[in-house]
Amino acid sequence: MFHSMRGKAALGAALAAVLLTAGCGGSDDSSDDAAASYDPDAPVTLTVGTFGTMDFDNAGLYDEYMKLHPNVTIKQNNVAQSAAYYKSLQTRLAAGSGLDDIQGLEIGFIADVVANHSDAFVDFAAEDDAAELEANFYDWKWGQASTEDGKVVGLGTDVGPQAMCYRKDLFGQAGLPTDRAQVGQLWSTWDQYLDVARQYQASPAKPAGSAFVDSPASIFSSSVYQGEEAYNDEDGNPIPAESSGVESAWGYASTAAAEGLTANLSQFGDEWNAAFSNGAFATIACPAWMLGYINSQMGDAGAGLWDIAPLPGASESSSNWGGSWLGVPSSGKNVEAAKDLVEWLTAPEQQVKTFVEAAHFPSSPQAAEDPAVVDATNAYFSDAPTGQIFGDAAANIKRTPIGPYDTQIQEAFTTALTDIASNGTDPDDALQDAIKASEQAIGG
Amino acid sequence: MTIASQSSREAQTASPPAAAPAAPDRTPARRRTTLTRNRWGYAYVAPFFLVFGAFSLYPFVYTAWVSLHRTSLSNIDGGTWVGLENYRNLLTSEFFWNAARNTLTIGILATVPQLCLALGLAHLLNYKLRHRTFFRTVMLMPYATSIAAATLVFSQLFGRDYGLINTALEAVGLNRIDWEGGTWSSQVAIAVIVTWRWTGYNALIYLAAMQSIPGELYEAAEIDGASRWKQFLNVTIPSLRPTILFTVVVSTIGAVQLFGEPLLFAGNGTTSGGSSGQYQTLGLLMYQQGWSNFHIGQAATTAWAMFMIILVIVGLNAVIGRLRSRADR
Repeated sequence: MFHSMRGKAALGAALAAVLLTAGCGGSDDSSDDAAASYDPDAPVTLTVGTFGTMDFDNAGLYDEYMKLHPNVTIKQNNVAQSAAYYKSLQTRLAAGSGLDDIQGLEIGFIADVVANHSDAFVDFAAEDDAAELEANFYDWKWGQASTEDGKVVGLGTDVGPQAMCYRKDLFGQAGLPTDRAQVGQLWSTWDQYLDVARQYQASPAKPAGSAFVDSPASIFSSSVYQGEEAYNDEDGNPIPAESSGVESAWGYASTAAAEGLTANLSQFGDEWNAAFSNGAFATIACPAWMLGYINSQMGDAGAGLWDIAPLPGASESSSNWGGSWLGVPSSGKNVEAAKDLVEWLTAPEQQVKTFVEAAHFPSSPQAAEDPAVVDATNAYFSDAPTGQIFGDAAANIKRTPIGPYDTQIQEAFTTALTDIASNGTDPDDALQDAIKASEQAIGG
Repeated sequence: MTIASQSSREAQTASPPAAAPAAPDRTPARRRTTLTRNRWGYAYVAPFFLVFGAFSLYPFVYTAWVSLHRTSLSNIDGGTWVGLENYRNLLTSEFFWNAARNTLTIGILATVPQLCLALGLAHLLNYKLRHRTFFRTVMLMPYATSIAAATLVFSQLFGRDYGLINTALEAVGLNRIDWEGGTWSSQVAIAVIVTWRWTGYNALIYLAAMQSIPGELYEAAEIDGASRWKQFLNVTIPSLRPTILFTVVVSTIGAVQLFGEPLLFAGNGTTSGGSSGQYQTLGLLMYQQGWSNFHIGQAATTAWAMFMIILVIVGLNAVIGRLRSRADR
C-alpha cells in the first residue's frame, strides 16, 4: 500500500511535469507569413510592455497614434520596477511565449538582449529604411542596441546625458561661487572637482552635517563612462580589473570616500531620499531624469535652491546614465504593425513631445536641436537652460562599449566604495573586494 | 525548493501509519482487492498529490537538475552540463562561506533571545491576568504583519542619519551607530526584526503546551516548598521539552532560510547584503546568484546546499532529542 501510494505520487508528479512543460513550450510561429499578408488597415490590438515611467501614455502619444490609425488599439502593460520587468521578460524569452508585441528595453539589460537574445527581436538594421532610422539617433545610442554583426534590436526612446546639480544656497554659505557659469569653471576636471570638495568640507561656514557630494557612487558611475572603456572591452567582454575607465573613476571616487568628502549614502535608499530635504549634500551627478527625482523628493521647498553645471571633464567627454529602447519580438503576431508603431513612437517629432510633456531627454539629435528642446529651461532649477546643457552633453558622449553585466559590476564597485567611507576599509582592499564581487557576478 | 523540502518531510512522516497494516506475505490478488476497495480514498487524496507533485516535487527535482548545469535565467533549459562543478565552486567560494557564517550568527542572534523571551512571555501569560485575550492577541500581531512592512519600518528606525533609534541614542549622550554599515550592528538589527516578528508566535505555542501541564504537578511542588522560579525550572521546562525541541527546529529552519529581512534592510533593493556582504545570508546569496546575476545553475546549487544544511540540522536535533529522552528513561 505504501509503495502504491508512492507510485501515485510519482505519477502525479510526472503528469504535472508534462502539463507544465506543455504549458511553457515554445510557440515559434514564423513571422514571414505575417509580413507577406500585412494589411496596414486591418484592425489590430498592439500590446506594449513598459517599465517605470516611460510616459508614452502621459505624453498622449498612444491616443494620437490611435487617432491617426483608427484600426489600431494600443494596450500598455506597465511594470513599476525595471528590474522586476526584466526578470519577467527573461522568463518569457526562455519560454518563448507571453511576450508583448512591443517590449521596452532598458540600458541595464539592452546589452544582454544584444548579446544573447538578438534572434528573438526584429532587426531594424534589416528594414528598408534602416539608413533613415539610423540617422535619427545619436551614433552611441544606435550602437548600444547593435550586435557585433550589425543587427539592431530596438529603437531608442530617451537618454540620460549627465550634468552636475548643485545647491546654490549651500555653495553660497560655504563661500563658493553660485553662478552657473562660474561654477562650471570651478571644475573642468574631476581633480578640480575634488579640490572644490575639500574647500567646501574645510569651510567653517558650511552647514554642519552637510557633505559636498551625496555618495562616492555619484562620482564613480558618472566618470566611469567618460573614457574609451568602462566595464567592457570592444567585444563587450567584461574587464573590470583591467579597464582604464574603472581605474580612473575608482581613483576619484575612492579618494573622495577615504577623505570623507561624501555623505556616503546608498543611492535610492531611504536615507538618501530623506537626505535631499535635509540638505545633506551640495552636489549630485545629474542625468537628465534626475531633475524630476529631485523635484519629487524635495517638493516646492526645493524650488530655486538648485542649479546645474556641466559634469567635470565634460569638455573632453560627457557620459550617459540610463535610457531605453523599444524592441519588437519577432515571434509576435502583429510584427509589422508593431514595427510601424515603434518607428513612429521613436521618431524625432514624438521624442520632442515626450520631452515637452514628461521631460525625457531625446535620443535623437534632430529632436534635441528642436527649438522646443534646445530652448527649454527648468524653473525649479533656477531657470537653468536644461535643453542646452543636456543637449551639449548628449552630443559629446563617447561610444563606450556596454556589456551584459554593467549593472552588477557597477553595484560591486559602488558598494565597495561605501565600505571605504563607512568602515574605513583600505581603498586597495576595497578595490580587490569589488573586483572579486564583479567576477562572482560575471562568472558561472 | 525549501517549501518542497518541508512538504516532502510532511508527506513522509504522514505515510508510515498507512503503511503499518501491510502484511509482508500479502498476495498480489489480495492487494488488488484492497486497492479497489480504497479507490475513493485515493481519489480523495489525489488532488493533494497532484498539487504536491506540480508545486513541490517537480520544482525540487528540477532544481537538482538545473544545479548540474551552467545556465542563465533567460535560457534555463539550454544550459551546458557541468556535473558537480557548481557544487565544487560553491564550496570554494568565499561568498558562500561568508553567507553561511552570517546565516549562522544572525540565526543565533535571532533564535536564542527569541525563544527565551517567548518562554518568559508565555509564563507570564499563563498567570490569571485580566484582559488575557487582549494580551494574547497583541502578542500575535507582529506575526500577522508582513515581513516587507515590518522590515521597511525597522530599516527606517535603524537609519544612520535620520533613524529614530540613533536620535534616541544621541539624546542620551551616546554616539550614533551606522546600523546598516557595520557587521555586528547590521546583524543585530536584522535579528531584532526577526525576534520582534516571531516571539509572540513561539510564546503562544509555549502557552498552549503550558496549559496542558497538569495542575497537580504545581500543587505537589508547592507543597514541597518550591518557589515560583523553582516550579518554572523543574516543572514547566521539563514538561515543555518536546515543544521546545519543536520550536527550535522550526526557528532553525526559518533562520537558515532568512531572506526577506536582509534583502529589504538595505533599502534600495541591492542583493549584496551590505557594503562588504556583512549581512548577506544564504537565502539572499541564492537570490543574488539567480535573480541579480542570472546564474540560475549556481542559485539552484545554493538552494540544494541550504536544503542539505537544514537536513543535517534537523537530523542533529532529532538525534539529540532521542538521546535526551533515552537518558530520561
